[in-house]
Amino acid sequence: MSGRRAFYLTGVVVICAWVLVPLWLLAANALGGQPVIAAWPKPWFPGALSFATMAEFLAIEGVFRAMLIGFEVAVLCTLFSVALGLPAGYALARYTFRGANAFRLMVLLTRAFPVGILALPLTVGFIRLGLYDTPLGIALMHTALALPFAVLVSASLFQAIPRELEEAAWVFGCSPIQAAYKVVMPLALPGVSAVAIFAFVISWNEVFAASVLSARNRTLTAYLLAMLSESPLTYQFAGGLLLIVPSVLFIFLVRRHLFAMWGIASR
Amino acid sequence: MAGITIDGVRKSFGATTALEAVNLEIADHEFVALLGPSGCGKTTLLRIIAGLETQTAGRVLIGGRDISALPPRARGLAMVFQNYAVFPHLRVRENIAFGLRMHGADSARIARQVTRTAGLLRLEPLLDRYPAQLSGGQRQRVAVARALAVEPAVLLMDEPLSNLDALLRLDMRAELKEVLREAGTTTIYVTHDQTEAMGLADRIAVLHAGRIEQIGTPSEIYHHPATRFVGGFVGSPPMNFLARDGRLLGIRPEDLDIVATGDGLPFRVNVVEPLGAQTLLTGIAEGHLVRVALNGEHHVPPGAELHIRPRPERIRWMDATTGRAIPPGTEPSP
Repeated sequence: MSGRRAFYLTGVVVICAWVLVPLWLLAANALGGQPVIAAWPKPWFPGALSFATMAEFLAIEGVFRAMLIGFEVAVLCTLFSVALGLPAGYALARYTFRGANAFRLMVLLTRAFPVGILALPLTVGFIRLGLYDTPLGIALMHTALALPFAVLVSASLFQAIPRELEEAAWVFGCSPIQAAYKVVMPLALPGVSAVAIFAFVISWNEVFAASVLSARNRTLTAYLLAMLSESPLTYQFAGGLLLIVPSVLFIFLVRRHLFAMWGIASR
Repeated sequence: MAGITIDGVRKSFGATTALEAVNLEIADHEFVALLGPSGCGKTTLLRIIAGLETQTAGRVLIGGRDISALPPRARGLAMVFQNYAVFPHLRVRENIAFGLRMHGADSARIARQVTRTAGLLRLEPLLDRYPAQLSGGQRQRVAVARALAVEPAVLLMDEPLSNLDALLRLDMRAELKEVLREAGTTTIYVTHDQTEAMGLADRIAVLHAGRIEQIGTPSEIYHHPATRFVGGFVGSPPMNFLARDGRLLGIRPEDLDIVATGDGLPFRVNVVEPLGAQTLLTGIAEGHLVRVALNGEHHVPPGAELHIRPRPERIRWMDATTGRAIPPGTEPSP
């Protein structure tokens, strides 16, 4: 084995460990129960694998409901981000208009604005509008956080689709809207799914805005933040695993599209 | 009936004028090439005809019908793009069928047309492939098949061969000519390659700086250039020009004869290029760069002092200031 190859393999192992070791620790502690949590060094494989802790945890009053709310918020946020982000990205990619560059920058700058400063005015405003403590309200806030990414990524996505393909569609009988869904969308789909995943994950993991803008109808993250600090360790691990699993599953489901987008695998 | 009339079409992008009042009549079934250097406006003109660009002024008529305000899909034309623009997510079969499907053709007609055009362009074995699995030449044929499948009244081609390598281009040119003659479609073909234009077209329109310099058959364009630009652009190597009191004497390199010393113009040879069928001499005569094309192989050493004489019947006179051809009868003697 040459030194170069050894270096390469070491790199791969280190990066895999970087991602997998925390996941393994979390999973082992969440599924192995009290004996594993107390043990050090940890066993490679928890002897008695049990979902008992998970089941207990899920049975705690409000956890399952918070999960559903978190899911609802994340799905709404995904829908809004895609519905608003794609047309904006398309306009940025296809048309030259006054202020296009300023718009790009402004979109990005929204991320530089600390949510903390906005917390109080937002809460007051949401209470007036009747959006406070509703999944829709939190979803709107999360959309604001996910939208810059949605706009900029879909802009580069559409830029990568040759204009001539659209023009060919027009010449061969498509209206602009038909061309969009017959030619542009099928080609943009891998990227669009990446935009959707990212919006979902941002919303699912976001905790500050979700905590501030809700009281009783909390998303899972906000709910866990509020209650876990007073819970036993087993529940803390179970909660952590529950937060991570949907994101990991989601990315696995669409990884083929992600790879296609990054050019690792062509069709 | 699908003649095309281009009536005073003008296009400006902001302060720059891409086309100035272009007029062009194209007969039904005619093949016209728009020839010119890059930036001359030929592609802009084609895109205006296709409806992909809006003219600043003027009208476009197809078969006597004013289509200036119609969207591309309603113009009854098909187009072959420079980068082919075959849809990467559709199989070859669906690419060819695309236009027919969009126009609501029934499945029997679609199947018939796909089979016919695929046969015409030798694509039958490739019908179930995706474009990514095809070579450049094959993609090019798919693009042509997709255009012919809709049986368009007018076919527009935008430098369709420019992305192919030289050998393939030669093959595709011959193939295209045959296929298009069979289809009998009125065709406008944009190119910057004069051999393509000369080889394919019934008539050539030479464009320069947004204006049509000359419209004519390939032989008219070659032998009777209307302007100095046309003489200098068409032909490889281009026409030679010598100054003669306020006028220009234009002569093709192959119309210059080597003559005995003391007869004709002194010509100092700088470069000799034996090209096989021709030997090309580049040198200086009367202070001008002059090229002489001799038939076959000649052994002329670089630096040789020769004498050349233009064949009188082949001389074309141009006005030195306007660059326009001077009609026969008013020309001076050489």
